[in-house]
Amino acid sequence: MDIVIDTIMLSRVQFALNISFHILFPTITIALCWALLFFKIRLHQTGDEVWMRCYRFWVKIFALTFALGVVSGITMSFQFGTNWPGFMEKAGNIAGPLLGYEVLTAFFLEATFLGVMLFGIDRVTPRMHTIATAIVALGTTASAFWILALNSWMQTPTGFEIRDGVIFPVDWWAVIFNPSFPYRFFHMLLASLITACFLLMGVSAYRLLKGDHKPAPRITLKLAAMVAAVAVPVQIFVGDLHGLNTLEHQPAKVAAMEGVWETERGADLLLFALPDEEKRENHFEVGIPNMASWILTHDANGEIKGLNEFKGEHPPVAPVFWSFRVMVGTGLLMLLIAWALSWQLWRKGEASPLLLRATVAMSFSGWLATLAGWYVSEIGRQPFLVQGVLTTSEAATTIHEGNVLFSLILYAVLYGGLLVAYIHTVFLMARKSAKLEAPNTNNSGIETGVRSQWDLTPNSTQANKGA
Amino acid sequence: MNLLGVLIDPNYLGPIFIGLMALAVLVYAILDGYDLGVGIVLHRQDEAMRDTQIASIGPFWDANETWLVLAIGLMLIAFPDAYNILLQELYVPATIMLGGLILRGVAFDFRAKVAMENKNLWDHIFRAGSLTVALSQGYMLGQYICGFSDDGLTIVFSLLSAFGVAAAYSYIGSCWLVMKTEGELQKYSAKAARLSGLLMALGIASVCIVNPWINPEVYDRWFSFPNNLLLWVIPIISAAIFLFADQVLKRVPAENDYGCWIPFVLAVVIFLNCFQGIVVSFYPDVIPGRLSLFDAVAAPEALGFIFWGAVIVVPVILAYTAYSYRVFWGKATALRYF
Ligand code: HDD
Ligand code: HEM
Ligand code: HEM
Repeated sequence: MDIVIDTIMLSRVQFALNISFHILFPTITIALCWALLFFKIRLHQTGDEVWMRCYRFWVKIFALTFALGVVSGITMSFQFGTNWPGFMEKAGNIAGPLLGYEVLTAFFLEATFLGVMLFGIDRVTPRMHTIATAIVALGTTASAFWILALNSWMQTPTGFEIRDGVIFPVDWWAVIFNPSFPYRFFHMLLASLITACFLLMGVSAYRLLKGDHKPAPRITLKLAAMVAAVAVPVQIFVGDLHGLNTLEHQPAKVAAMEGVWETERGADLLLFALPDEEKRENHFEVGIPNMASWILTHDANGEIKGLNEFKGEHPPVAPVFWSFRVMVGTGLLMLLIAWALSWQLWRKGEASPLLLRATVAMSFSGWLATLAGWYVSEIGRQPFLVQGVLTTSEAATTIHEGNVLFSLILYAVLYGGLLVAYIHTVFLMARKSAKLEAPNTNNSGIETGVRSQWDLTPNSTQANKGA
Repeated sequence: MNLLGVLIDPNYLGPIFIGLMALAVLVYAILDGYDLGVGIVLHRQDEAMRDTQIASIGPFWDANETWLVLAIGLMLIAFPDAYNILLQELYVPATIMLGGLILRGVAFDFRAKVAMENKNLWDHIFRAGSLTVALSQGYMLGQYICGFSDDGLTIVFSLLSAFGVAAAYSYIGSCWLVMKTEGELQKYSAKAARLSGLLMALGIASVCIVNPWINPEVYDRWFSFPNNLLLWVIPIISAAIFLFADQVLKRVPAENDYGCWIPFVLAVVIFLNCFQGIVVSFYPDVIPGRLSLFDAVAAPEALGFIFWGAVIVVPVILAYTAYSYRVFWGKATALRYF
């Protein structure tokens, strides 16, 4: 029994590590690819080669991010078998086809056209190249669609029946469009948009601070700031709807998010507290009276179910409580930065160095909010793997803990190294671009616009040598 | 899903899906085989040659690897029990393979973007990663064939198979380079192809000898009439093809680069042959000796749903894959990163 418990624990840590690492990269690529498409479309419309320059710089970061997404994704598709055999045994009839559709409709599409997008610019027409970019963007979004359908189904399962302990699909439409799916899908797409915006902003601000006077970083900064200034409030709104949906389907999760132990009317919105699972109460509460009830039920005296109603069946409170605050806190900080930046850029045409520095610091804030959000969702679903149907411990592997420990260490070392290399390389590329001299601008149309780009830095290898 | 009941008998779903899965594994072995092979034979000294070698697989490797995801996905969908057994039994080698895949996949991108002095490091990682993947896949194949055990004989056999697969990948990868490059690099690749071809031939021969010897099942199939007539054709054809390919490779570079594609095509045929040998040895078992495809198949509700998707989507995938090979037809040129 000991071994089983340890293996479960290790498996959970390993799965969480893998998925947390994986999600970082799709979160960027899903939206970044649409940004690249936008650059290309603007290039076609205006013929202004600054768009090509934006495209060229960001497509390299895209390629790197994508590669990391792909390799960590391949690991993910093995994880279910290596660590959660019980999940595939019981829920394989649902999970299998959804993952299968992701491979068929998304992975092949994006992987194949990525080749054309990255390396085919002198082999296909400019229009076809833009189409390839659009297809990759569609592919990444389709990926998110299928995988979120699966994840949402695990949170709010519908459209199935259980025979002999095994889950069978009855209505695929209900499986895919389960109650939490629309919220989760939009919330995630917006998260991706915001994450990409802050990366675009952060790296552009960094280039400006490094004395890059070419127009590309300034344009990118402004554009991304404007988009973020709109997207963050929308995200907050959608997040609120998402929470209401969760209240309906997973009240124990919301109780943990809010840190409410006893069912109460007029619950406070806690800004700070230390939940204590042993005593089943909070220490050092700081809160806004009645606010939680008002947000969740739109009535200052609305009733919120407390954790004590779900004794033995509710998630660990502190991680959910805190992750939620990290997500919302980061979101509010992002709102502040996006608005301040947009304001300055709009009123004065440029941003203050202080704000630029803050923006650089926020480059990867999207990751923080996204991870925190996922931790709320996933830890908040415990002790279930499929809400109300399958518990996590039923699904765990029984292989020897030593093996899991081995793989866990391997992944941790690899991922740690890669994360450092990735962030380092992104800023290295920014510094390299900042050093390049502005070209003799040649605004005579797309074709020449494209050619003159090549003269500047013909390919990545030579750019390397030059820098 | 009653539509399904009308149009296909659920009893056929097992064979259909095992067929699809086999197709995915085969296509994977060929496609990722050549790009892993290119990684293994990455030139040690000459950086420009390395650039061209990598340029020759740049647009393809990601899609190639997706066939692995499809194969493992189909297994997960159609034969969840087999998927569980396989990944639990092969936990350690599979993890090592994933480590290798991660490293080589990112090395490919990092090498083009990091500071000059680190580029060589990433090239080494790329080569080592590719080799690790090939070796661990070969090891897993050996374990699979022997029905997973850790007695000495099986391990020796699996190690043999590991080197065999690594050699086979190097072979097809070098043949790919003979087709996609010219000049010095082409000559280097032809030499690498001949050497790895020899190792591959030794590997295949010893697997063919050892396999029936440790698997009585397989022995019966290979040595009983009338199967043996059919089966023995496979190694004989392979040997003939291999010798022919070697003659072509010896003459590289031919005048006007005549027939530079022949070794690659022949290598593909050899892969087909070997694959067929494995299939014939074990059908209809999904896990040799443990699980037949008729016991292992998943619920028809699930399979029907994905089946119709696959019928529509797979031809589209093949079509745009063909398109992408057409776009990058001809000799590899420097990668322009856009
Ligand atoms: C940039 C990223 C980002 C930002 C700024 C926010 N979120 Fe979020 N949130 C996510 C990224 C995210 C996410 C990572 O995408 C999650 C995890 C699972 C999911 O579908 O979305 C998520 C989950 C998630 C959940 C859990 C739902 C569940 O699992 O049942 C709630 C209630 C909210 N969010 C609410 C909010 C609120 C009120 C925000 C206000 C500031 C907010 N989110 C900002
Ligand atoms: C959308 C696809 C996803 C699926 C199908 C999925 C599925 C799972 C599964 C099978 C587990 C293991 C059982 C468990 O310990 O609960 C799990 C746990 C977990 N997942 Fe997810 N997950 C998804 C996305 C994510 C993402 C994107 C993240 C984070 C960034 C994440 C974070 C976690 C964490 C932290 C756990 C551990 C929870 C715990 O054990 O307490 N998940 N999820
Ligand atoms: C638990 C589950 C998951 C599995 C098994 C999984 C599997 C994979 C695999 C195999 C790939 C590589 C595809 C290729 O070869 O091109 C991949 C990439 C990708 N995944 Fe995941 N994934 C999971 C979770 C997620 C989540 C939660 C999201 C987003 C919401 C996501 C979005 C993507 C996207 C957009 C890509 C494209 C590559 C990229 O943009 O970096 N995946 N995933």
